[in-house]
Order: sequence, then structure tokens, then C-alpha cells
Amino acid sequence: MPEPVIIARDLVKKYKEFAAVAGISFEVAPGESFGLLGPNGAGKSTTMRMVGAVSTRTSGDLSILGLDPNGYGPEIRSQLGVVPQSDNLDAELRVRDNLIVYGRYFGLPMRHVRTRADELLEFAQLSDKAKSKVDDLSGGMKRRLTIARALINDPRILLLDEPTTGLDPQARHILWDRLFRLKEQGTTLVLTTHYMDEAEQLCDRLVVVDKGTIMAEGSPASLIRDYSSREVLEVRFGSERNAQVATQLDGVGERVEVLPDRILIYTDNGERELVKLTERGLEPITSLVRRSSLEDVFLRLTGRSLIE
Amino acid sequence: MTLRDGRGATSPSTGSGHRSGQAGSSATASEDALAAARKPRRYGGWYVAEHRFRVMRAYLQTVLATGIGSPVLYLFAMGVGLGSLISHNMGDQAMNGVSYLTFVAPALLATAAMTAASEEFTYPIMLGFKWNPTFFGMNASPIAAGQIIDGVVIFVIARLLGTCILYYAFMLLFGAVPSVWGFVAIVVAVLTGIAFGAPLMAYVATLEQDTGQIAMLMRFVLLPLSLFSGTFFPLTAMPIYLQWIGWISPLWHGTQLARVFAYGLAEPLWLTIVHAVYLFALLAVGWLLAKRIAARRLNK
Repeated sequence: MPEPVIIARDLVKKYKEFAAVAGISFEVAPGESFGLLGPNGAGKSTTMRMVGAVSTRTSGDLSILGLDPNGYGPEIRSQLGVVPQSDNLDAELRVRDNLIVYGRYFGLPMRHVRTRADELLEFAQLSDKAKSKVDDLSGGMKRRLTIARALINDPRILLLDEPTTGLDPQARHILWDRLFRLKEQGTTLVLTTHYMDEAEQLCDRLVVVDKGTIMAEGSPASLIRDYSSREVLEVRFGSERNAQVATQLDGVGERVEVLPDRILIYTDNGERELVKLTERGLEPITSLVRRSSLEDVFLRLTGRSLIE
Repeated sequence: MTLRDGRGATSPSTGSGHRSGQAGSSATASEDALAAARKPRRYGGWYVAEHRFRVMRAYLQTVLATGIGSPVLYLFAMGVGLGSLISHNMGDQAMNGVSYLTFVAPALLATAAMTAASEEFTYPIMLGFKWNPTFFGMNASPIAAGQIIDGVVIFVIARLLGTCILYYAFMLLFGAVPSVWGFVAIVVAVLTGIAFGAPLMAYVATLEQDTGQIAMLMRFVLLPLSLFSGTFFPLTAMPIYLQWIGWISPLWHGTQLARVFAYGLAEPLWLTIVHAVYLFALLAVGWLLAKRIAARRLNK
């Protein structure tokens, strides 16, 4: 196996007494697509900032491309592309100028930056918006421009913090397509998300993070295999009755989770369990059989859902 | 924007550069990193200044309009208008041997620099940290926090230099500069502007919210300073209990220094040195403080 491009050991970040990141360890191999999945406030963004060499760790070891961010911030950042959680595009500059100016920060020659900016506008499907004002772009376009900007230095590692949060489904799919292309070309991707579909689409491997620690690690498929059943039966009896019905479910499914609005029954055969319910005279208002997802993994690990 | 499928979209990495997928060991990666950061480490501040210039293009017309309008207006109103009234009553050498126009022109020059600096060192700083946090974007590139501050200062120096050269040209046109050393007043005015602006920038960098602090500063610091700094009349013309405002005011020190060069204001040499030292000290303290505050603020 090639040497990892990121090595984090017992990484801790404290704000006064509060530990936003409380001892996280992971490695990322070159060309890998690695995800941090967790709810808001889990410590994902803080971890990303430490990996991005802009936030000093409180303790632990961190090595990016073989360098310690404490002494080699600019060196590390010269090899990164960063897509922050909230866009910080320059609203005072036009679309193409945003790319050009950003390229200059890396000390790249003007001529090179100009050509590269045009290539990236093409890649981000924004060529016809080159002269537009940033504020006139839609949310999805801004996101793509931010990604284009992050690629201006041809980075070895691309860090994406919640890349599609706040985007409509169509814009998300365009973005995923672009990211998938980068992945195919071998760019190392590190991304945080609280969407399990995003994690499933983009990540080769991920860690589930909650309250500043890692709860589980693996590929999306292996996590589902290890922490959940093949299928899930979702039934609703109305918010009044869910809890009451839950007491009558002995012997149904491998495991039962009662949420305020519905009951989740984990099983390898959802239809079979649904039949069992009706045999007991329990008629749900609605029922749905689906495959297990990372959402279920998270629920199992933390007892909470990802999006609350 | 309509959903296009990816056909026809070009790859973002045509030709140049490396891909981590194919890249060799992390030894080459770290060597690349060391090489790539050399220029930003050295010239980062200049890149930030370059950014400011690009942004200024958008409001260049305003800069030019005030750059031309304010010397014409002020020199005319104060120097010629008020000046002729004073000359009429007290003679052509009313102000310790020089005309009122000659007396007031270097002060107006320094005031113009201070006013421009107070714009460039306040709202753009608030903007970069808070309203449109581009400083965080810069800091995600190899640019260090301190270099962002350096870049802002470099840009403001350049902008003030432009403003002051223009102002000085009008002073010459109005015949307000008797001394051949008058042009040094340009440098003095620029120094006055950044000496006043650097501590201001450090303060603004600490603001999490602008709930009117900047406007208050303009009203209760900038305006009184321009009135009580020996600008329109000598400091000694004021009662002693008001003169301290001048002593701590960078504008007074800058104005007096500019007068020394513009028309040979007679003052003890030690006082001239104090003016210069005071201005440089303010600049150094404000600049360093701003760099430290920026570093703390960007390192979240």
C-alpha cells in the first residue's frame, strides 16, 4: 500500500474546556475518497480545518503529505484545494477574476492562471458566466465555482466541507458528477457530509463521527453490513400509537427502533415482518420496505438520527 | 442553468501538474510542497495587495473623483476663500511669516491621506473577516494571516501615494508650496495616513460585529482630530487644556512635519524628530498588533 497522504493520530481540538474533536485517528491513502459522516457539531469541520492547516491542533499528531501543519502551513496548503462549508467567493470580483486572483495566491504565473481559469470554468460548466458577478450565480453555480477555485493549483488533496448542503437535488447531482470525475482522475478527496446518500455516492471509505470521536470506520457497504440488517421495515401508526405498538413487537425483526414519527424494524426480509404485524392485528397507516442505509448505521451507533 | 450531461466538458487537469493517484512517495509530495510554498512565503503580501488593486478597479471612479474633487474644493475654500479673508485682515504673512494658503495646504494634504486611510483600513477589514470572509479564503491558500495584513498595508500605501501626489499637484497649481523640498510632504502625508490607519485596522480586526463602532470612530475620533490638530489654526491658538489632543494626534505630528518640508516651518529639531518617531511608532505597533489579531482570528 502506498504511503498515506494524511495521517491523524489522537487528534484533539479544544475550545477552552470544550473538546470539539476529542481524539480522532485516521489515515487517507493517495487517490482515495474519504468521508467524515456525522451530524452537525460532530467535529467534522474542525477536523477539516486542522487537516487544511489553518487551525492549530490542541494535541495529537498530524501529518499531511509527510509534513506537520504546525511548521509547514503554507507548504501543505500549496498542495490542497479547499471547499469550505460556506462559500467565501469574492463578491467584489467577477467569476473569472475570482479564479485568477486565487491562483495568484499560490504564486502561479499570470499566464498560467488565465489558461487554467478558462479550463476550470469549462469543467465547472460556467464558461458562459465568466464575466458575471458572483452574486448573480445560483447556489449550485457558486458551489461549482468554489470547487473550480479549489482546483486552480492542481491540488493533490481536495477538501470538501459539506459540499452539497443547501443545494436542490438537481444541483447536487451535477456537483456529484463533477466530483466523481475528479475521483476517477485520481484526486484524493476528503469530504464531510451529513447526507448518507452523498457518502454512499462519493466515499470509498468513511468514518462515522459523533461528539468529536470516531464511532465506526469502513466502506459504506461494510458499515451497513456490520451495523445494520439487509432491509428495514418502516411503519407508522400515528404519533399517538407508535410507542404503544412498540411494546407488542416481541419477536418481530432483529431489532426495533422507535422514533417519534415511525417505527423501524431491522430484518433481512421486510415483507415477511410486515405479514407478521398484520397477523398480530397491527395495521400500520403506512408501511415501507427499503434497503438499510448509513442513516441506520448512524442510528444504531448513536441512538440518534443524522438530521434532527 | 440546465442540466447538461458531462459530454464535452473538459478535464480540469490538462497537461500540467501532478495527480496524487499517480504520484510517488510522500517524499516527492513534501518536496513539491516545499518548492511550491517558496514564492507565497516570500511574496504573499504582494499577492494580497494585487487582489486589493483588482477590487479597486470597481470603485476607481470614486477614488479618482474624490482624489481630484477634494483638493480643488478644500484648497479653494480654505486656502483661497478663508485665506483671502485672513490676508485682508492680517496681511500676507499672517501665519508666522507665510500666507494662510501655504499654512493650511500641508495640513489639508495630511488630512486627505488620513481620511482615505480611514476608509481603506475599516470597511474592507470588516468585509474580509466577516461580511464576505475572503480573508479565510486567502488563508486556505498558502497565504498566512500576517501576509493578508501586509497586503492591505502595501495597497493602502500605494493608494495614498496616488491620492497625495494628485493633491500635491493641485497644491503646486495653487502656488501653495514655496520650498523645493515640498514634495517630501507627500511621503509625510502617506506616513500620517498609515500611522493613523494601522491601529485603526487592528481595532477593526477585533470586531465581531459592526454595530456602529466604525461610524462612531469616524464621528468622534476622525472628525475631532481633523479639527483640533493644528489643521486650520496653530495648536498654540487653542487653550492649553485642548492642546493635548494635538500632542497625541498623528495628524498634528504629520501636519507639522509636512509644514517643515513644505515651507520650512521653524521648530526645534528635536520636535521634528519626535513627529517622525511618533508616526513610525504608531505604524509599527498598529501593524504588528493587526497581524497578531488576524492570526488569532483566522486560526479557529
